[in-house]
Amino acid sequence: MSDAVKANGEPKNYLNDTYGIKSWLLTLDHKRIGIMYLITLTAFFLVGGVFAAFIRLELMTPKGDLFEAETYNKMFTMHGVVMIFFFLIPSIPAVLGNFLIPLQIGARDVAFPKLNLASYYLYALGGMFAIAAILMGGIDTGWTFYTPYSSSYSNSFVSLALVGVFINGFSSILTGVNFMVTIHKMRAPGLTWFRLPLFIWGHYATSLIQVLGTPVVAITLLLVVFERVFNIGIFDPTYGGDPVLFQHMFWFYSHPAVYIMILPGFAVISDVIACFSRKRIFGYSFVAFSSLAIAVLGFLVWGHHMFVSGQSTYASMVFSFITFFVAVPSAVKIFNWSFTLHKGSIKLDSPMLYVMGFIGLFTIGGLTGLFLSTLGTDVHLHDTYFVVAHFHYVMVGGMVMAFLCGLHFWWPKMTGRMYPEGPAKLGVMFVFAGFNLTFLPQFILGYMGMPRRYHAYPEEWQALNIMSTAGATVLGLGFGLTIAYFIWSLFKGEKAPANPFQAKGLEWDIPSPPIAHNFEAIPIVTWEAYPYGPEEAASQSTETATEPAKEDEVV
Amino acid sequence: MSDFPLFPAQASTIAWQVDALYGFLVLLTVVFCILVFGMVTIFAIKYRRRSDDEQPEQNHGNLALELSWTIIPLFIALFVFLLGADVFFRLQRAPADPLEIYAVGKQWMWKIQHESGKREINTLHVPKGQPVRLTMTSEDVLHDFFIPAFRVKNDVIPGRYTTLWFEATQLGEFHIFCAEYCGTLHSGMIGKVIVMDPTDYHDWLMGASASDESMVEAGQRQFQALGCETCHKSTSSGQGPSLVGIYDKPVKLKNGQEVTVDVDYIRESILQPRAKIVDGYEPIMPIFEGQISEQSLLQIVSYIKSLTESAE
Repeated sequence: MSDAVKANGEPKNYLNDTYGIKSWLLTLDHKRIGIMYLITLTAFFLVGGVFAAFIRLELMTPKGDLFEAETYNKMFTMHGVVMIFFFLIPSIPAVLGNFLIPLQIGARDVAFPKLNLASYYLYALGGMFAIAAILMGGIDTGWTFYTPYSSSYSNSFVSLALVGVFINGFSSILTGVNFMVTIHKMRAPGLTWFRLPLFIWGHYATSLIQVLGTPVVAITLLLVVFERVFNIGIFDPTYGGDPVLFQHMFWFYSHPAVYIMILPGFAVISDVIACFSRKRIFGYSFVAFSSLAIAVLGFLVWGHHMFVSGQSTYASMVFSFITFFVAVPSAVKIFNWSFTLHKGSIKLDSPMLYVMGFIGLFTIGGLTGLFLSTLGTDVHLHDTYFVVAHFHYVMVGGMVMAFLCGLHFWWPKMTGRMYPEGPAKLGVMFVFAGFNLTFLPQFILGYMGMPRRYHAYPEEWQALNIMSTAGATVLGLGFGLTIAYFIWSLFKGEKAPANPFQAKGLEWDIPSPPIAHNFEAIPIVTWEAYPYGPEEAASQSTETATEPAKEDEVV
Repeated sequence: MSDFPLFPAQASTIAWQVDALYGFLVLLTVVFCILVFGMVTIFAIKYRRRSDDEQPEQNHGNLALELSWTIIPLFIALFVFLLGADVFFRLQRAPADPLEIYAVGKQWMWKIQHESGKREINTLHVPKGQPVRLTMTSEDVLHDFFIPAFRVKNDVIPGRYTTLWFEATQLGEFHIFCAEYCGTLHSGMIGKVIVMDPTDYHDWLMGASASDESMVEAGQRQFQALGCETCHKSTSSGQGPSLVGIYDKPVKLKNGQEVTVDVDYIRESILQPRAKIVDGYEPIMPIFEGQISEQSLLQIVSYIKSLTESAE
């Protein structure tokens, strides 16, 4: 392969294969698309983070003295809209999923590379609408867009933002379709479903929700736009509409959407915990099916957001009952991960520290979910800071920790550079400590009765709010440090070997960074997932029979 | 209150039940956290990698363990569900004959009217030791009436009535918050519940700014002014059904369905009379949608309710 080596001695890979801005913007390479998502997502994360910082600054004092009430309302709305629709929902699937699904299943790309690029541009276009709405003056409806406030009363740029979220929904649907077809049709020979890494199972369950749920919220948001623009009575009672109908339709998607946000996190954790304990995941099939169980149950629990919405007592009972079943697959995962550590060979490198943090924070996030699915306590806790804290424990403590975990773990593979381990360990400590200091006080504030989305609050809650703001500062430093050393590592980081963590999986058998079409020859898989045992490793090395690469397959 | 409180005041009959449930869940959370954190920490230390070429023994799972951590959490979850449902039922079902008070939310204030006709804004005077039921609606967007000290909360929805009930057990002043985001001054849509001795409450009702017209009287005046009496006579001889003795009773509709005459049905039958026509009558009543304020509507509804109470 003399043509694979460049003049300066650096082997060809997907990053140096072609040059120029066009080679990126028009690329069909799933890996480059993943990197483009990473850059765009990080920008949105920073925008959402700035809004969060302003919120915490305002809440340091009980009086609404830093911002006008209207400005404050816009900030928590835009924090939610940007973080949920433009960061959390795409985060792991669009970056790590895009980059790794073809690598892990031994494919040269996703099933529909052009569609994949289209997904990215839909996401970018939707994001531009959202940014335009922010720049023109913002939106003040809350990220939940409850009617009739959003449809008839708000004077802010609601339609523009809703169109942005609507367009972004197509990106999510198309990515889901792409991943499902890829996983079904493009697995390497011998790679049966139960030989797949759990990363793939998690993404399969996520894609299922994206494809089935997103159309409903897209329709709902479009109806709000119609009501705003054409005064068609759907949700506003003054036109004969029903405001509670919106909540049913919105949560039918938006509850499954929180599983879109957390299942890929589970997917990352399973791969990383196996690597750093050198063990196959304990109870592989239970972990795999619990993801599917969560995906299916997720569609049956939307009414638990509506226990005090005037919904009938019996409907609330049914929704609460089904919600408790979600606790079971979540507990199954936690216990299986914990038992994977049992008699393992555990190395606490920074990705593994993120796993530890994830298990701790997700456990708290999950258990505090019980308080909200329990009817008797939810009436008091609904729409208070308890909900805010619970949600952030699952979404930041769970998903963002898992995202950072995966980014560290696969960073050498993606960039060909090692991140610096010392600062990374410091970063994870900052994130973990800062996160807890930010959100633990909010549980107490919530039970005290502090409602969410309040610009000003009674004086007796100031101490807890100051703690929360202090925590947010530490959390922000942690994120800042992480972004800084990631960027530093691109230029100064040690060159990464093909498999720096002695991990198992097809992506680790190819160079870091991979070549443009991933595999010189498509591998034939004869081993189970996570072959960390000596006898399994032996069977793997004797049977790396390969198929010759067919260049015409490479798109 | 101390400088660093962890619980809101426990000022209603239901508050301790919610707190007990909360305490139980906190305990459950702590136990599971200790279990998981303990397990993870001990394993991470005990099985730390001692040399780089270490090869741990592989273990692919254990069915007995899988089943136990599937089934035990399931039973715990269902037990918690039952505890929660039990408290929820008590939160939803008001005792018989509560004191009725009416609230209308609008951006950004609470307008309260007592049955005696007395009105107040952003304050709610209630007697201690007596069940109170609030019937609420909104003039504009969604709101939510939340009294943390009583552990009660319910959305306030335009176009329909919702209710909540409580029985205060402590004298004093407690926060009222709007808990459903309602626009610019959402965090200013707050107020105070003032719990008084029943005699003080009575004196307050009859005191300085007492209304000379009760809600029922005001409702009756408007009932007459709007000409409702022409058809809805006290006997069954009118062109519309008689409204005496109908409240909280089932009524048969023209389409064969049966509905219970509750506040929402009365409201709908005034605003959109053709939605549900009582069997044996013609759809001839004019539509009052948009012509009656929410507060007047509550007065008319309480007058129609009173026609049943006085008949019994």
